[in-house]
Amino acid sequence: MFRRLFLAAAAAALLLPGAPSAQERFITVASTTSTEQSGLFRHILPIFTAETGITVRVVALGTGQALDVGRRGDADVVFVHDRVAEERFVAEGFGGPRRHVMFNDFVVVGPAADPARVNGLRDTNDALRRIAEARAAFVSRGDRSGTHAAELRLWQLAGVDPAAGRGQWYREVGQGMGPALNTAAAQNAYILTDRGTWLSFRNRQDLRIVVEGDARLFNQYGVMLVNPQRHAHVKVADGQRFIDWILSPAGQRAIASYQINGEQLFFPNATQPEPTS
Amino acid sequence: MNDLGAAAATALNLVLTADPAVAQIVLLSLRVSFSALLVAALVGLPLGALLAVARFPGRGSILTVLNALMGLPPVVAGLLIYVLLSRSGPLGPLGLLFTPGAMIIAQAVLITPILAALSRQVLEGLWEEYAEQLRSFGAGPVRAVPTLLWDGRFALLTVLLAGFGRASAEVGAVMIVGGNIEGFTRVMTTAIALETSAGNLPLALALGMVLMSIVLVVNALAQASRDFATRAGA
Repeated sequence: MFRRLFLAAAAAALLLPGAPSAQERFITVASTTSTEQSGLFRHILPIFTAETGITVRVVALGTGQALDVGRRGDADVVFVHDRVAEERFVAEGFGGPRRHVMFNDFVVVGPAADPARVNGLRDTNDALRRIAEARAAFVSRGDRSGTHAAELRLWQLAGVDPAAGRGQWYREVGQGMGPALNTAAAQNAYILTDRGTWLSFRNRQDLRIVVEGDARLFNQYGVMLVNPQRHAHVKVADGQRFIDWILSPAGQRAIASYQINGEQLFFPNATQPEPTS
Repeated sequence: MNDLGAAAATALNLVLTADPAVAQIVLLSLRVSFSALLVAALVGLPLGALLAVARFPGRGSILTVLNALMGLPPVVAGLLIYVLLSRSGPLGPLGLLFTPGAMIIAQAVLITPILAALSRQVLEGLWEEYAEQLRSFGAGPVRAVPTLLWDGRFALLTVLLAGFGRASAEVGAVMIVGGNIEGFTRVMTTAIALETSAGNLPLALALGMVLMSIVLVVNALAQASRDFATRAGA
């Protein structure tokens, strides 16, 4: 009986509908939690697949980790948002050339009670200084993601070293945007987030946007092919096809057409000259 | 309380409408965890039986290591498999990273020590009872292994369920080696983690309830088959 049961389990394991067939054409894209969790990929990838027959497997990580996946050769294309880290990636010969795809912006969200009194400020330098002076709880991604890098640059511009408040008011969670927002919501803390993730985030509790609109909050996304000379298995043709598509009018239109509650999340800018950030 | 109510309603809705995305995730979860269980059983159970009957120098150390490995953190197992399967790793040419195959390997690595250590304990008691009898048939320790596994099959079912439970419940390893790719390597636990990330707590909880129900059904089926077999005197 036992043996029969075991065989049945074994058969079930093998007979259950399996993964798509090995013949399926696919590429692997290492991207960020913001593009996945905001729902952008779910909106644009079916359009690409219908047009080309190429399936896109998205592994969503922080930008730092996503670039590492590219360095190790575990993805064909990297699609992230930390220009400094991306340019280093290209300079080190791991991939490229890097191309602008789209942008959105970061916003500072915080509790309605607003203990640091930053609501409505446009100047992030001013806002961050006030948060630090009030020692108001601030949640940091702390995970080498694009948003984390942007946050650290903003502190630097504001002339504040948040590390001094580490373990007290400055709380590094080392997690993705969503979990970090969950933490901030639970602790009534301020946090820097990309607007796309914020718009699609459901568990806001008392949090609301307090600072937005500063040019320093600009958030540029870039795309690049992993260098096939380093990793021979990289799917050059199909990976390049994806990059060409997302930079093409069709791909850019697909990005622009993605909305949540009537609000556009990402703004295509592949054709524009390099924006100043 | 409100959240729990909403979650229960969502869960019921997901099951009743047989939501195709959820169904695919459920089937992949079952496929991965049962495959891992199969692989782990083929290695772990004979190893446990052998350790139950054989006496050799170093046996105590092996048992200690096995017991310690029962507590192997999934994220560590995942990281280890990741480094091995990465294109830059020794097994990179297989191209297994970010596939269900990698997830099966990771779960099998996690639960093989559990199956070996628990079956060793279960079978050792049995061996003490039967040792004389089996020896009188001229069976040496190694020859006794299949007999012991067969005679201990009902107790081993519980061991297998423990392994299956651990495999289907873990998230750390499959998240790292599977990549949680929608429609390809997304399983119940990584889907729950993702929905939690998106702040969609009712849906995350609902998926959790679906997962718990599946584990319950698997356990009930195992229990029923054991009862049936016991009554049939098999």
